[in-house]
Amino acid sequence: MNWWHTIVEPLQFAFFQKGLLVATLSGALLGFIGVFIVLRGMSYIGHGLSHAVFGGFAAFQLFAAQFYIIGAGVWGIVSALAITQVTRRSRVGADAAIGVVTTASFALGVALFAKFGSSGPSFDNALFGSILGITPVQIAGLVVVCFITAAFVFLRYRPLLFSTFDPDVADVSGVSVSRVEAGLMIVLSLSILATLTIIGVTLVAAMLVIPAVIARMLTDSFGRMLAYSTIVGSICGLLGMYLSYFAGVPSGTMIVLVGAVFFVIVLAITGGRGLRRTSGLDDHSAAEPMRAPAVTG
Amino acid sequence: MTGTGVGPVLVSLDGVDAGYGNTHVLHDVNFHIHEDQFTGIVGPSGAGKTTLLRLLLGTLNASGGTISRAPKLSTAYVPQLETVNWDFPITVFECVLMSRTQGRVMPWASKTEKTQVHSVLERLGIDDLAQRHIRELSGGQQQRMFLARALLRQPQLLLLDEPTSGVDVSTRHDVLHLLADLHEEGMAIVLTTHDLNGMAAHLPHLVCVNGRIIADGSPNEVITPDVLELTYGARMEVLQHLGMPVVVDSGGPVLVQKDIA
Repeated sequence: MNWWHTIVEPLQFAFFQKGLLVATLSGALLGFIGVFIVLRGMSYIGHGLSHAVFGGFAAFQLFAAQFYIIGAGVWGIVSALAITQVTRRSRVGADAAIGVVTTASFALGVALFAKFGSSGPSFDNALFGSILGITPVQIAGLVVVCFITAAFVFLRYRPLLFSTFDPDVADVSGVSVSRVEAGLMIVLSLSILATLTIIGVTLVAAMLVIPAVIARMLTDSFGRMLAYSTIVGSICGLLGMYLSYFAGVPSGTMIVLVGAVFFVIVLAITGGRGLRRTSGLDDHSAAEPMRAPAVTG
Repeated sequence: MTGTGVGPVLVSLDGVDAGYGNTHVLHDVNFHIHEDQFTGIVGPSGAGKTTLLRLLLGTLNASGGTISRAPKLSTAYVPQLETVNWDFPITVFECVLMSRTQGRVMPWASKTEKTQVHSVLERLGIDDLAQRHIRELSGGQQQRMFLARALLRQPQLLLLDEPTSGVDVSTRHDVLHLLADLHEEGMAIVLTTHDLNGMAAHLPHLVCVNGRIIADGSPNEVITPDVLELTYGARMEVLQHLGMPVVVDSGGPVLVQKDIA
C-alpha cells in the first residue's frame, strides 16, 4: 500500500531513523518542560535562553571543539541563572536586560561563525535544525537530559506546581522557591542545548510554547496538561520529521509548522472555551517576583 | 473567647522598622502574636497592613529592630483573592493538595492524603467541588478553598490577607464564623482588613496601623473617633449597637435627587 510505503521508505536510512528518534524525543521534552515555562510567564526567557546558548555553542566549537557541548551547556546554565537573578530582582527593566544579554550572546555566536566557520553543525543547521550528522553522543545526551528532566519534575512535582501557581504562598509554606526556579532554569537550558541541533536556535522557543498552549486549550487540569503537552510535542516532532524529509526543508521548520497547524485545528475544535483557557497564559504578572511586592496596605 | 493574647508568644516584633528599598512603610512597631490570638489589622490603603503581615510571615526582613519566632513555628497564609491567577489549570483538589510539600515526593496523592483533603474540604462545605476548576468557584468558595489549603498544613498561626474582600455579606459572616471556630480550637489567627464594622462584630482584638501602630486593644478600646481620625485622617462617627461599636462614615458625599435620576 502506498501510505505504508511512504511511512516505511525513509526508515531504511540510518540518518532518518536517528533523526526521527531525536525529533520525537525533542518534541516531547520541549512540550513537557514548556508547560512550566508558559504557566510561569517565562516564554520570553526561553526564547532568550536559546539565543544565549547559541553564543556558547559557537564560541566553544571554536576554542574547544571536542568539548563544545559541555561548554555550551555551562554557558547556558550560567545564562539561565543570570536571567533568573535579573528577573527576581526587578521586573521593571528585566525584559530589556534579558533582551540585551541574550541577543548579544547570539550576535557573538553569529560573528564567530561568520569569521571562523564551524567544526560542528553548519550555521544554517544550528539556526533552523537538521537531521543530518546526528551523532550517537547527541542521542545519548538527549536521552540523559530527558531522564534528568523527568526525574526533576517527578521528584519536585509539588514544590514546582506550588511555586508556579502561587510563589508567594509557596515561599511561606516551606518551599525553597529560589532553588526550585534555579533547578527549572538549569533543566530548561539543558533541554534547549540537547534539542538545539535538531529544532534549531530560532525555533526552540516555539516548541516550548506551542504544545503547552494546545494542551491548555484541551484541559483545566495541571496533570493532564503536562501529559497532553508532552504527547503533542512528540507528535509534532514525529510528523514534522517525516514532512521535513519529503519536503526537503529544515527539520525544525517543519516541526514548528506542524505544531502551528495543530494549534489552529485545536482552536477550531475548542473555540471560545479554548481561547478563554489560554487568556491568562504567559501573563508577566504570574512570574512577577513576589519578594519585592508593590507597597499596599 | 479570649483572643487578646495571654498565651505563649509565637512571633515578637520589637522596635521594628520596615519598607521596600528607600520607601519606609512601618516605623517602631512593637507587636506580639500569642498562641491564643485572634486579631484584625485595620488601616487605610498604603498604611502598612500587608507589610506587617509579611514581617510576621518572615517574607520581609526588618530594616531595624528585632523579630523573634517560637521554635518550629508552623504558619499558613491565605492570600488576597485578587492576587491569584484564576486561569491557572488546576482543580480544587490539586490546589489544596499542593500545600503538602514535605515528606511524600510522589506527584499523586496517597490514600491518606486523599482522605485528609476531602475531610478538610467537607468541613468547609466544598467537598462536592473538589474536581471543579478553580475559576468555576464563587468568591466565597475560592476563599474556602484557600482556607482548606492552609488548614491542611495544620498551622499554629494562620495569617490572612483581606479574607473578606470581594465577597458578599453572607460569605463574609461565614468566613469570620469559621475563623472564630478555628480560633476556639486553638489556632492563632491574624488577618488584615478594610472592614471595620465586620471586625468589630467578630474579632476580640484589633490593631490600627498607619505607618506605625496607632492603637491596639478590644474593638471598644480601638474603634473610637480619635483613634480612627489618627488612623484614617478623617473624623468618623462611632455609635454603639448591642454593645459593639459601629462606624458611620458621615463625611461622605450627600446624595441628591439629580444623582439618583
